[in-house]
Amino acid sequence: MTTDIIHPSLILLIGALLLPFVRGPLRKPYLLLVPLLTFFAVLSISGQNVLFGTYQFMDWQLVFGRVDRLSTIFALIMALVGIIGTLYGMHVDRAGEHMAAWSYLAGALGVIYCADYLSLFLFWELMAFASVFLIWFRRTDKSLSAGYRYILVHAVGGVILLAGIMLRYQAVGDISFDLLDVNHPQLYTYLILMGFCLNAAVVPLHAWLPDAYSKASFNGAVFLCAVTTKTAVYTLLRAFPGMDILVLLGVIMALWGMIYTIMENDIRKLLAWSIVSQVGYMVAGVGIGTELAINGTAAHAVAHILYKSLLFMGTGSVLYMTGTTKLTGLGRLYKKMPATMIFTIIGCQSISAAPFFAAYVSKSMIITAGYETHLVWASWLLMFGATGTFIYNGLKLPYFLFFGENNCSGQTWQKAADPPWNMMLAMLIGSVLCIAVGSFPVLLYSLLPYPVEFNPYTMYQFLETSQLLGFAAVAFFLLKKYMTPEAKITLSMDWFYRMGGRIFMWIVRNPLQWFDTAWGEAYRVVGLRPLMTVSKFWSWFDWHGIDGVVDGFARLVRGLGGRLRVLQNGQIQVTIYYAASLVVVLVMAYVLFQFY
Amino acid sequence: MIKLIDWVIEHQKGVRITWYVFLAGIAVLSLVVDRSHAHTWAEQHIPFFWSIYGFVAASAAIGIARWYGHSGIQCREDYYDD
Repeated sequence: MTTDIIHPSLILLIGALLLPFVRGPLRKPYLLLVPLLTFFAVLSISGQNVLFGTYQFMDWQLVFGRVDRLSTIFALIMALVGIIGTLYGMHVDRAGEHMAAWSYLAGALGVIYCADYLSLFLFWELMAFASVFLIWFRRTDKSLSAGYRYILVHAVGGVILLAGIMLRYQAVGDISFDLLDVNHPQLYTYLILMGFCLNAAVVPLHAWLPDAYSKASFNGAVFLCAVTTKTAVYTLLRAFPGMDILVLLGVIMALWGMIYTIMENDIRKLLAWSIVSQVGYMVAGVGIGTELAINGTAAHAVAHILYKSLLFMGTGSVLYMTGTTKLTGLGRLYKKMPATMIFTIIGCQSISAAPFFAAYVSKSMIITAGYETHLVWASWLLMFGATGTFIYNGLKLPYFLFFGENNCSGQTWQKAADPPWNMMLAMLIGSVLCIAVGSFPVLLYSLLPYPVEFNPYTMYQFLETSQLLGFAAVAFFLLKKYMTPEAKITLSMDWFYRMGGRIFMWIVRNPLQWFDTAWGEAYRVVGLRPLMTVSKFWSWFDWHGIDGVVDGFARLVRGLGGRLRVLQNGQIQVTIYYAASLVVVLVMAYVLFQFY
Repeated sequence: MIKLIDWVIEHQKGVRITWYVFLAGIAVLSLVVDRSHAHTWAEQHIPFFWSIYGFVAASAAIGIARWYGHSGIQCREDYYDD
């Protein structure tokens, strides 16, 4: 245990608090300085195996810092997102947006480094309440309501997680955040799992993600796409590796997200749906639970953060420059946004696991781990999902956005152009990292929790992927008329709580309102009149009974007082006269009493 | 870059033929590559397995999404605005 380590979350939180006071020409350097300091703080403790920031709070030992290989790789990629995301939105002059993003990242780093459930819950909620501002800062009516739905869903998830933590403490008397007994799950195991799964957008607890992320601000989405789900994957990796049900849930996520992505018209909602699909691979990897699967999950989380943030930066640039995100209102943008097109296509090939791009070296680890544990059905279905990923993200998105039919209005076409230099630089860094990780996997593999013996660049693996993607492309170009974007939205699980909310409001406005009115009338007619009669009686009784006694006594006291007042008129001679007279009367009475 | 893309769009037929030649090449290569380490029987014994799988999986994904979307899941954009 060591005490001389500065918690990286603290740098971000202090940086966020001071940000409003740093103005003018110092603002932009400061915006870069804080994430860079955070990154170097993470880097300075990586490679160690220590605990720090331990505090005794009542009966509990809080551990804010646990540095090991698993926490290090997740902390490094989160800190990197802090730099890229802040650089991307550096020209945004509203301090609140950067403060929310940094607080959100601080929450994620807090979750990643903590080693007890109490600290975890604290940072978990910090993430939820900071991130909602990244949605609200889009400043549209839809983002406002999506933000409220987002925070309500996460509040429910937080309560479920807290219930699990409390039940576990009651059962085992321990709040340490570590591997749970997944072979003998208790009620608290499932509650904690549900809490984590909600943040990981596990189907059917996933609908908040496409709803909220598609309505976030152009730069806020870069943080959102990277942080919440991958922090949840980290917690699953820490507590639930080898839990069988996660394999099935992961496969369902991979396929469910794929189908919705193919249908989607909004480019950012398409990417949000694809997060559900890609996190499915990670959840399945956690469920498989072998060393290769855990390595694959961590590697895919890193790759996913790199390419997904790049994709959200590419589509965010389209939103920022044109003001629209619907494919039915875009197209042929290669003529106006060529650099954005190149960066976005690099992200598209990275998510598609094309050779030499990021996910090629990570997704195959999880699928191979499935084969090696005889979960052939899972691996084949994940391959099906991988083919779909190439269809919707590798082909559909770039084709209809940059090359297909030009659906832009005159105004959109006029506004379309590559974005400011800082956004381009952030996308360039993301692109270089996606290619570097895909082409030189040792860069990534050296950071993984377990030693890696996996080689993705065998001839068989290369040909397998090339065939899969190549022939999928043939199917796409033959069938693309069935994928032509339509100006429609897709209904998902959020339908239940959105329509449920409407039903609730209808019940409140109609039967409940009617009952309230009827009750008020009944009370007025049936209840109020007898009550008034009874009140009048008690008023009369109070006036004539209680007040009569009290007032009579008061009048008696007042009368006696008046007489005494006459006696006590303030002249000492009169007083002495009356006193002396009284003494004389008493003496005479005594004498007469003695004689008789 | 814009000129290059314009050229590709103008010469789609040639690009398509090149793509098919490339696919034929990797499909033939898949027959001669060492498949002894493949994980399943199907991969080891069915020729062009991943070529077939890629085409069928992509077609199925497009078909399922089309059917599912048109069965009522895709709605007008102002569906929730009422």
